[in-house]
Amino acid sequence: MNWLARLLGSSVGRKMLVALTGLALVGFVIAHMLGNLQVFLGPDALNSYAAKLKSLGALLWVMRGGLLAVFVVHVGLALKLAAENKAARPAAYARPGRVQSTLGARSMVLTGLMVLLFVLYHLAHFTFGWTHPEHATATEAVQTLTGPVNRHDVYYMVVMGFRQPLVSGLYIAAMALLALHMSHGVQSVFQSLGLNNRKYEDPIRKLAIGLAWVIFLGNSSMPVAVMAGLVDLPGA
Amino acid sequence: MKLTLRIWRQKGPDVAGDLETHELPDVSPDMSFLEMLDVLNEQLQNEGKEPVAFDHDCREGICGMCSLVIDGVPHGPMKATTTCQLHMRTFHDGDTITIEPFRAKAFPVIKDLCIDRGAFDRISASGGFVSVNTGGAPDANAVPIGKEDADAAMDAAACIGCGACVAACPNASAMLYVSAKVGHLAHLPQGQPERGRRARSMVETMDAEGFGNCRNYYECEAVCPKEISHHFIGGMNRDFLKANLCGGE
Ligand code: HEM
Ligand code: FES
Repeated sequence: MNWLARLLGSSVGRKMLVALTGLALVGFVIAHMLGNLQVFLGPDALNSYAAKLKSLGALLWVMRGGLLAVFVVHVGLALKLAAENKAARPAAYARPGRVQSTLGARSMVLTGLMVLLFVLYHLAHFTFGWTHPEHATATEAVQTLTGPVNRHDVYYMVVMGFRQPLVSGLYIAAMALLALHMSHGVQSVFQSLGLNNRKYEDPIRKLAIGLAWVIFLGNSSMPVAVMAGLVDLPGA
Repeated sequence: MKLTLRIWRQKGPDVAGDLETHELPDVSPDMSFLEMLDVLNEQLQNEGKEPVAFDHDCREGICGMCSLVIDGVPHGPMKATTTCQLHMRTFHDGDTITIEPFRAKAFPVIKDLCIDRGAFDRISASGGFVSVNTGGAPDANAVPIGKEDADAAMDAAACIGCGACVAACPNASAMLYVSAKVGHLAHLPQGQPERGRRARSMVETMDAEGFGNCRNYYECEAVCPKEISHHFIGGMNRDFLKANLCGGE
């Protein structure tokens, strides 16, 4: 653990840990989106996927714990770096300038904090079912080899949630901010970890921006499809 | 040309400063920016006022002593150009120009536009060298160096240590400067024995001096009068990571 202490003790090392945890979060965001896109395959696909995740039991809690730890390290170190950056320029320029930095880069703290707020809301909405308990507690009966069982009707919860324009709008706006965060973040990871070079820089930039668009469009497609009636309750 | 200058005045390190406005009725477009300030100072002295203190030395773009943030951009609007090599023809008749010092906690203002860049010297002293046992001077061409490495080392060595990178960085980070010094020696055989230790020690001093952290904005590279590339930062990150994971030198 000596190397970890050395990294944490240095600005460059802390940034590397922000990059590594950021990369892990990007991986989660991709997997999360792919799983949820099963909403387009209908209630059975989405609900059995959700049931499969739930059936992981202890493993699910290990994964949740790991994700939480990664998130806390990412946010904690990013905010520590941000505080150090503020302290490094106590007097602001009377006339600030900008030459080539991008909007995504300059808004990392803001987009990050907005994503954090969104994640809290998202958990309250879908994971804990606090904001709309009437949608979150729905179940559906399914036949199994051992007889009928009731499982959580995630599909119903998602459709009822996204039928509300305000909720859908919030999700889409949050995805735009997440995409902006990732459009700089993913390029930045390579530079922070010393993996960038002249040859790969342009492909890396395209990858980051492309990935940000995929995440934005992929995730937004779900509330949009529900509001457009393309994804609807069975029999409706 | 007729110009209005909004120029930073500050009596000393621990007193508050402010922008002061001056009119210059007749500036020649052929003057350099510093010559224009010389004219201002002559005018101020004729009026019995205190001249504006600003840093300069060679006035030919090689020493790294001149500074100034001109309309929000260190060394002004002209790419790859130091303030001393910037000419007034870059501006227009009737312009208002805002002139401020390089701003960073690690670069305290001494007076007006003069700043203390001693932090850079302390960073360099902590690793920006190679240790050589004395003896007869080795033949200059005894160690062959490939063209790519020689070019990269020269590109990094072009850094004149002016500090514009710090001034331009929204986080007042010194990573471009430090990575140029680290990268210069990392590309040469003479720099290899102390390569890892150098990266670690210079980064450590950089942190201790109170500079901010790199967020990969690349504003530094855009204002660098010597066009030092941000790829040197990536290279230093790589050296730093290797040295920390593998330990030792
Ligand atoms: C799923 C959510 C998130 C993802 C996928 C993500 C991804 C990333 C990535 C890839 C980076 C680049 C690291 C680097 O520059 O090398 C980054 C940086 C950053 N993230 Fe996040 N992030 C997320 C959430 C957050 C949250 C909630 C915050 C809250 C403050 C945040 C704040 C930051 C900041 C401030 C940086 C820049 C750090 C610096 O350079 O000083 N991020 N993020
Ligand atoms: S005065 Fe020497 S570089 Fe400008």
